[in-house]
Amino acid sequence: MSKFKDAGHLFRFAGLFVLLFVVFLVVRHFVVPKSFGKYGHYRADAIGEVAAHPAKFAGHETCEACHSDVADKKGKGKHAHVNCEACHGALVKVLPAPPPPTPNLYERMVALVIKPMPVDPPVLRHAEDPASVVPELPDTTVLCARCHTASAAKPKGFPQVVPADHSNGLACKTCHDPHSPAMDAGGTK
Amino acid sequence: MLILMPAAAIAWKAVLAGTPEQSPNYTMSEHWWGMLIDIPKCIGCGNCVRACATENDVPDGYFRTWVERYHVSDEDMTNPEVISPDGGKEGFPVAAEDDKKYFFVPKMCNHCADSPCTQVCPVGATFISPDGVVLIDQKYCLGCAYCVQACPYGCRYINPQKETAEKCTLCYHRITQGLTTACCEACPTGARQLVDLKDPKDPIHEFLKTHSVEVLKPQMATGAKAFYNGLDGSVR
Repeated sequence: MSKFKDAGHLFRFAGLFVLLFVVFLVVRHFVVPKSFGKYGHYRADAIGEVAAHPAKFAGHETCEACHSDVADKKGKGKHAHVNCEACHGALVKVLPAPPPPTPNLYERMVALVIKPMPVDPPVLRHAEDPASVVPELPDTTVLCARCHTASAAKPKGFPQVVPADHSNGLACKTCHDPHSPAMDAGGTK
Repeated sequence: MLILMPAAAIAWKAVLAGTPEQSPNYTMSEHWWGMLIDIPKCIGCGNCVRACATENDVPDGYFRTWVERYHVSDEDMTNPEVISPDGGKEGFPVAAEDDKKYFFVPKMCNHCADSPCTQVCPVGATFISPDGVVLIDQKYCLGCAYCVQACPYGCRYINPQKETAEKCTLCYHRITQGLTTACCEACPTGARQLVDLKDPKDPIHEFLKTHSVEVLKPQMATGAKAFYNGLDGSVR
């Protein structure tokens, strides 16, 4: 008994540690986002947030669903492996985004201090609304030259011309059909 | 300090509530993404750079992918002249070419399996996802730029508006929906191909077996997953 005679201050100290540990657990419960540590030392919900970015390139499958005639012609020509949007540019397909996870206390606290990032409004373009939004046809004088202007850095087998000598400023599509450009493949106009 | 306790984070894993999958038909554990870059096919048109900027709202003057043109002289093969005007977005000048070796090299995040950039983040804002893509948590990033310095390939930047780090996400929003990346979609010659190393049917397995494929800076042991076919020894 005499051994623990003066141990009261130790128990008070231990009690304080237990109390502090409980406070730590409670604070941590509210401060650390729920998904933190699910896969590693990061917030797993961030993966879903990156995946929620809206797509702008619709993908050639979307184009081919309507433009099967062009797909057929292109499939037989030299440009078979050039996707539609490589020349026509992004024609926007907004993919269905998953619903954002409900913000927890920490995220609501952060939102009070740091203003939330602006969310892009959904854009409707040709792939979403083909009837009313018709994309402009590219200028073949500029477009074709991007790939086919002669350069020592390009692969030797790749068709290259010096545009000024080859066409003298004439638009490429005057002679070549961009969807099937070879002159001997029935692609001439 | 309360947030930054990895051991505690792991201990609490059991009580953490699950998050919904980002796409109903997509399972992260079934994929391990990378990119094949076929240098002999690159024509330096800049389509990938423009497509990436459009798809990912990349600010002007910053790049998540860019194209470099190498000029290697016979006399000094280890010191190539490298240009990348505006990231190659509008192509390359052709006027002053001599008869030496020229070629294009597209660059992008290598989505390293042992990435130096994710290791230096002090707040757990950048990480390798379970499907092998190096991503950034835009809500957690402080913009300290340690990761920008740590990347040996120069693939990260601080977004001047958001003041957070940004980089190639391998179009994570597209690949999880079954689409290819914007740069692959826009590449006219197939010089870039998205690869899934966990898909046994992916042609990458046959390609790696039959071609001389290298990664950039292999001596840094980053586990880079941007595979370069026909990579010249002068490329840095």
